[in-house]
Amino acid sequence: MNKLFAPAIAIATGLLVLFGYFFPNDTLNGVRITIVQWAVILAGAAVLVGVSNLFFVHLKKIQNKEKGRVYSLFLIVSLLLSLVLGLLLGTNSSVMQGVFSAIILPVESSLLAIMSVTLIYAGIRLLGYRKDIMAMVFLAFALVAMLVAAPLPFFELPLMDDFIRPLVVGVLATSGARGILLGVALGTLLTGIRVLIGSDRPYGGK
Amino acid sequence: MEQISTLAGFGFILFSGILLLGLFLLKDRVKASFRDIPAFVKLNKSLGTAVEDGSRIHFSLGASDITSSRTAASFASLGVLRQSAELSASSDKPPLATSGNAPLSILSQDSLKTAHHIAGADQQYDATSGRLMGITPFSYAAGTIPAIYDEDISVNVLAGGFGTEVGLLSDAAERADSFTLAGTDALPAQAILYASANETLIGEELYASGAYLNAGRTHLVSLYVQDILRWLIIGALIVGAGMKLLAGLL
Repeated sequence: MNKLFAPAIAIATGLLVLFGYFFPNDTLNGVRITIVQWAVILAGAAVLVGVSNLFFVHLKKIQNKEKGRVYSLFLIVSLLLSLVLGLLLGTNSSVMQGVFSAIILPVESSLLAIMSVTLIYAGIRLLGYRKDIMAMVFLAFALVAMLVAAPLPFFELPLMDDFIRPLVVGVLATSGARGILLGVALGTLLTGIRVLIGSDRPYGGK
Repeated sequence: MEQISTLAGFGFILFSGILLLGLFLLKDRVKASFRDIPAFVKLNKSLGTAVEDGSRIHFSLGASDITSSRTAASFASLGVLRQSAELSASSDKPPLATSGNAPLSILSQDSLKTAHHIAGADQQYDATSGRLMGITPFSYAAGTIPAIYDEDISVNVLAGGFGTEVGLLSDAAERADSFTLAGTDALPAQAILYASANETLIGEELYASGAYLNAGRTHLVSLYVQDILRWLIIGALIVGAGMKLLAGLL
């Protein structure tokens, strides 16, 4: 029963949303908006399920005395503390805003900073395991793009503004990016159609 | 004008759908012959090695919202998860799927469960092997890095909707000395992966993964349709550029 029921619901919902998007009359638009709102509510409920999953994964780590269980304990304590504070004070309270701006934001910014070092390291390492012409072209373009984007303190490189920047960034890089995006768009389209006709079932079943 | 472009968009989708169904119905007259993508050959080899040596395979599905325009990348990644997990479900250590989006983590559990069922290894399925690691891109990366280091992982498949945070994951995978195959829909992330992952899927290659992992005939036909549509778009671009050039000359 479930084998037919889930795909039927998914296909009907997908088609209604698609038609509602392309032919926005009052009825279809209303149905489309309602379905999208249901999806948003379901996604919200899914966060609760996902966070419970996170909680149990780390609880299991502590129970089994696995490596890194101290971090798991720290995560569970922080999770429960945030939950209690959020429920008691509300998400707009100064304490919750403080938690966000004093802990979450700086930690994520630090990770972004680490990313820049990681990328430099990856660039240096690139030719170590990709010894082909495309890797050299990639590295050369990355260096030129950085050079034309970075402000030079005392002088300007000749031909940079008039010739190299428009050619490398405006023509070569942009056309390459558009080619890749075209492939991504076609892949997205066909994936969507496969889901709509029930051939791909990311919601389970085969 | 807006109505014309909307109708053109709908017509394009309809045409693609008809083409897909038409070519699918032609059955064996459409022979499968695709270019080799070394990444998939190496992935199959690595999956086999992981099953043999009893190590774990990690699927990172990204942190993009399942209700956003990047859903297709997440769906493609779930396809990769399903196909690869079928091959490795009977391993001593069942595959691990991590994601940074709650609905995606639920879908990953469902895909893992189905893959175990198909592989006849229902008893080895563990609901905690489909995990939500964080709900923002960088918290997801921060939560996933310890798993890459500590859970005896020998193969990392980073496929889905990623941003620049994917660099941290591929760097961790490289430091853990594991094989990494990576593909995403975002250009900056693809550039980062090209520099940091063992094997990178560029552009539409992520969406072609189903065809290369034997996910079914529709995936093979999809590639043909993509090729036909690509040539049509190239033709339209050339005609458009030619007409613009002519208009400038006249």
